[in-house]
Amino acid sequence: MAGSSIMENLFQRSLEDLIKAMRLQLIGESTFISKATEEIRREIKSTDQQTKSTALHKLSYLSSVHGVDMSWASFHVVEVMSSSKFAHKRIGYHAAAQSFNDDTPVLLLITNQLRKDLSSTNEFEVSLALDLLSRIATLDLARDLTTEVFKLLATARVFVRKKAIAVVLRVFDKYPDAVRVCFKRLVENLESSDPQVVTAVIGVFCELAAKDPRSYLPLAPEFYRILIDSKNNWVLIKVLKVFAKLAPLEHRLGKRIVEPVCDHMRRSGAKSLVFECVRTVLTGLSDYDSAVQLAVEKVRELVVDQDPNLRYLGLQALSVAAPKHLWAVLENKEAVVKSLSDDDLNIKIESLRLLMAMVSESHVADISKVLLNYALKSDPGFCNEILDSILKTCCNNVYEIVVDFDWYVSLLGEMAMIPNCQNGEEIENQLVDIGMRVKDARMELVRVGRDLLIDPALLGNVHLHRILCAAAWVAGEYVEFASNPFELVDALLQPRTSLLPPSIRAVYINSVLKILIFCLDCYLLQNDGSGSLYSGNLDGRQSELFSVKNDTEATELATCGGSNYEQDVGFNPRNTAEPSEDLSVENGIDRAAMHGKTFTSNLLEKKNSMQESIVSLLNRIELIFGPLIANQDVEVLERAQNILSLVQLIKEEIIDNSGQSVDIMEKKDTRVSAIINSMRDAFTTELGPVSISAQGRVAVPDGLVLKDNLDDLQEICGDTELPSSSFGTGGPHLTTNSDASSSNLLNNEESGPLNECTSLIEHRKRHGLYYLPTEKSEIVPDEYPRANDPKSNSNVNDEAAELVKLTEQSLLLKKRTNQTKPRPVVVKLDDGDIAPISVKRPEPRDDSLSGAIKDVLLGNETGPSVSRSYPSDKSSRKQTEKKKLSTNGRSEMKENEVDAEKPDPESPNSSSKNHGHSKHRRHRVKEKSVEGEEHDQRGKKKSGHHHGRRKTHQRAKSPLNVVSQTPVIPDFLL
Amino acid sequence: MGIRFVLMVNKQGQTRLAQYYEYLTLEERRALEGEIVRKCLARNEQQCSFVEHRNYKIVYRRYASLFFLVGVDDDENELAILEFIHLLVETMDRHFGNVCELDIMFHLEKAHFMLEEMVMNGCIVETNKSNILTPIQLMDKTS
Repeated sequence: MAGSSIMENLFQRSLEDLIKAMRLQLIGESTFISKATEEIRREIKSTDQQTKSTALHKLSYLSSVHGVDMSWASFHVVEVMSSSKFAHKRIGYHAAAQSFNDDTPVLLLITNQLRKDLSSTNEFEVSLALDLLSRIATLDLARDLTTEVFKLLATARVFVRKKAIAVVLRVFDKYPDAVRVCFKRLVENLESSDPQVVTAVIGVFCELAAKDPRSYLPLAPEFYRILIDSKNNWVLIKVLKVFAKLAPLEHRLGKRIVEPVCDHMRRSGAKSLVFECVRTVLTGLSDYDSAVQLAVEKVRELVVDQDPNLRYLGLQALSVAAPKHLWAVLENKEAVVKSLSDDDLNIKIESLRLLMAMVSESHVADISKVLLNYALKSDPGFCNEILDSILKTCCNNVYEIVVDFDWYVSLLGEMAMIPNCQNGEEIENQLVDIGMRVKDARMELVRVGRDLLIDPALLGNVHLHRILCAAAWVAGEYVEFASNPFELVDALLQPRTSLLPPSIRAVYINSVLKILIFCLDCYLLQNDGSGSLYSGNLDGRQSELFSVKNDTEATELATCGGSNYEQDVGFNPRNTAEPSEDLSVENGIDRAAMHGKTFTSNLLEKKNSMQESIVSLLNRIELIFGPLIANQDVEVLERAQNILSLVQLIKEEIIDNSGQSVDIMEKKDTRVSAIINSMRDAFTTELGPVSISAQGRVAVPDGLVLKDNLDDLQEICGDTELPSSSFGTGGPHLTTNSDASSSNLLNNEESGPLNECTSLIEHRKRHGLYYLPTEKSEIVPDEYPRANDPKSNSNVNDEAAELVKLTEQSLLLKKRTNQTKPRPVVVKLDDGDIAPISVKRPEPRDDSLSGAIKDVLLGNETGPSVSRSYPSDKSSRKQTEKKKLSTNGRSEMKENEVDAEKPDPESPNSSSKNHGHSKHRRHRVKEKSVEGEEHDQRGKKKSGHHHGRRKTHQRAKSPLNVVSQTPVIPDFLL
Repeated sequence: MGIRFVLMVNKQGQTRLAQYYEYLTLEERRALEGEIVRKCLARNEQQCSFVEHRNYKIVYRRYASLFFLVGVDDDENELAILEFIHLLVETMDRHFGNVCELDIMFHLEKAHFMLEEMVMNGCIVETNKSNILTPIQLMDKTS
């Protein structure tokens, strides 16, 4: 054994041997690797530096290429790093760069080693140390080594200096106070004549400026000089990126750089530089028409190029331009449309985005039609991209673009029919949403819903279930628009509905209930025989249709009605034979319309046939829902049970009457009609869209303690099992049947199995804290708009007037003839239809960094703890201002001018006002005992900046002292 | 940080070189590489060389059997990155003389070294081939 270990030391495999052996191995790669790793584990413990470093070399190879864990070797890495031989040291540094991270414990051990190597005379050693620092620097390392990096920033050895410059980026990121030490030297490097140094330093500034451009405005002259002088495309690209960020902040800057940028665009042969110029113009200089024109010319060349890369980038540039310069897209329309059939999915998607950006209300229908046809032919992935973008575009800003909702609703129906469609959820939402918002579209909605519901094949497609859910809801909610309610019930009861998930099945059942109530209501009204019979939502057509239905199906229904238990047989074929039947129904409508007058005389006959169909309807419901009593899902079970008991109740009354004369029927059964009436009333209350901020407007009831930390809920949730998911998927339709008084939690409890009742009560007693008090749950503040708020209606009317104007305009543009009706009213809430864009600007992540940079640039070098918001700082700032920024009287004036231009909250004058305001706010917020945004901000600061402790602390004490300062814009810009 | 990672992957999808400029755990790296390789290697010559993945933009180019993939930030200039890839290949070509996959396999540390000279902290610091190669040649001589 001893012999073999000597052999191992002598004949250790080098990395090359290892790689060769791996290529020849026959035992499987993973086995080979684990064997090799074992070998390395042995070798790395060796005291011989050569053996150790070779082992580490092999390990880092395995780790980087084959993903072998090497965290266990971190101490050996440190050992090899400190070797005096450069070849070993290199291996060690490389391994460290590859495997160390913030949590590596041995990180503390390398500070001195790094310091030593950073100050080494061997520039390769310095370079190794710098490279490592750029990867793994932590707060501690950055702080401890700032001095060394600072020295290297001015070294004469360019090879080292450029690396030191690149390292600064990481050091600033980790330890913002380093800015005070290093920033000046970094800026001096901008003026260096050495191209290598400039390349490095502009890269650093590009990154810094991307995070917080405003701080770097004072450096504009240096950047400008580079833009003019540099011949290196890479440098030019970077400096253009900097300007693209700076130009929007200072309009005088734009004026100044627009010419040089255009020059580059015209002259350069390098596509990358030209493209960067284009991008800069389109993002930062979009107000300069001549420049934009030139840029769009270049883009035009790109989009028709042979190279797919250039085409892709051209399209991307167009989508950058689209919001402000739509004409640029329109000019390239052909190329864009052509790209829709490109080989490349990425290009297709870009072109699709552009196409949707071009859509306006005048041709949205045409474009959608073309796209839909295109989607049918595309592969599933792109097909869904297309559908998705149509849906998104059309629903944007509450269907702003849609004029003809009948068209749109049938478009949604067509989308649902596309075999690859996977956008079920979005279509579901839109169908329901349109139902609630657009009254005029409901008829078409019900028609589309019927078409979807009636097709048994659709029930097998999982992606369509959500759409069917919406269709079922629509059919139930707006049944008064249905051409044939009985047909809808048939569709909702068809056997294949058992394929639906329980939550959607529950919606189906509820819709059946609604339709049933509607039918019974009609029936009872008819029995009343009063003149106001169909004066409401039901026009005469309704009664005709009923009888048409009876004409065509009466015989069949009669047989079904007679024998309850044979019905399943007769039921199925009727559905599959649907299309032809549909036709006959429609023929029937015509016939009925012709004979419309004669119906009144035939009233009695009609009543009888109507009763027959009602009875058969009741029988069918009973038959289909009977088995559901044993259903696993509580929601299905409960709803089926409800409807069944109702059916039984009604059936008793109606069937008793059936054989008897008209007189008795006209006596009308008060019990049934009372039930039906009240249920109908419950269902006819119209549902409106719910404001997204509605929840927030519900006041927190007195005595309710809202805990921040919900950890102790864990134990509660542990001991009861809440009924699963079925509530979540219920969506808006749930509100229809649950009387609003009970909160969701209570609902949850009620639907739970009965035997848990007592334990639940006990449970509530124990954890009463987490429940809303029952009597208070109904408190709704006054300002919450009801669904049919007159206020919002008037608002809608104004909008409608405007929209009519708009449609008139668009009609002029249109060739289409079928669009003669004005856009229907779309219910919009005053607020919160769309999720509010967060008012609070996100706290810049590296706030302390940019603050520090501002201090340095503006010459306030009094140390980290001095607040930057004193107005008196201005004078001292000016004194220490660097010479080349040449502050004189004029620049001071300018400074004030800039101050005035800036938005209020950022100018120092308003800071006190601001302060008072937010204080007041916090006060108010506290009263409401709601977590305020002020609190949030402070919390964020506390947790966000665990480095730079001192400053954070200071800021936390006076959070409103942070007032960003106006940079001094030097003279040259004017 | 402009460049987030540089990968070299062969036709079979095996990683030959991986250099990350931000810390990812081994599992994250492996997952990321797998996803990217699946995405990029499936594309053909007629398709563009840019792929968006997670929050990266991936710019790739194929040289013989080797794919060079560079993950960059969203606002990086794609064409410039393509030029950077080409520069890297040319540099390796000059050093190895008609570089091939095996050269990178057996001299991984040299390939890393070249990359380190060119890119630091995600920023491109050197674009001159002789500047990149001088230190390597010096080191070769001394060792």
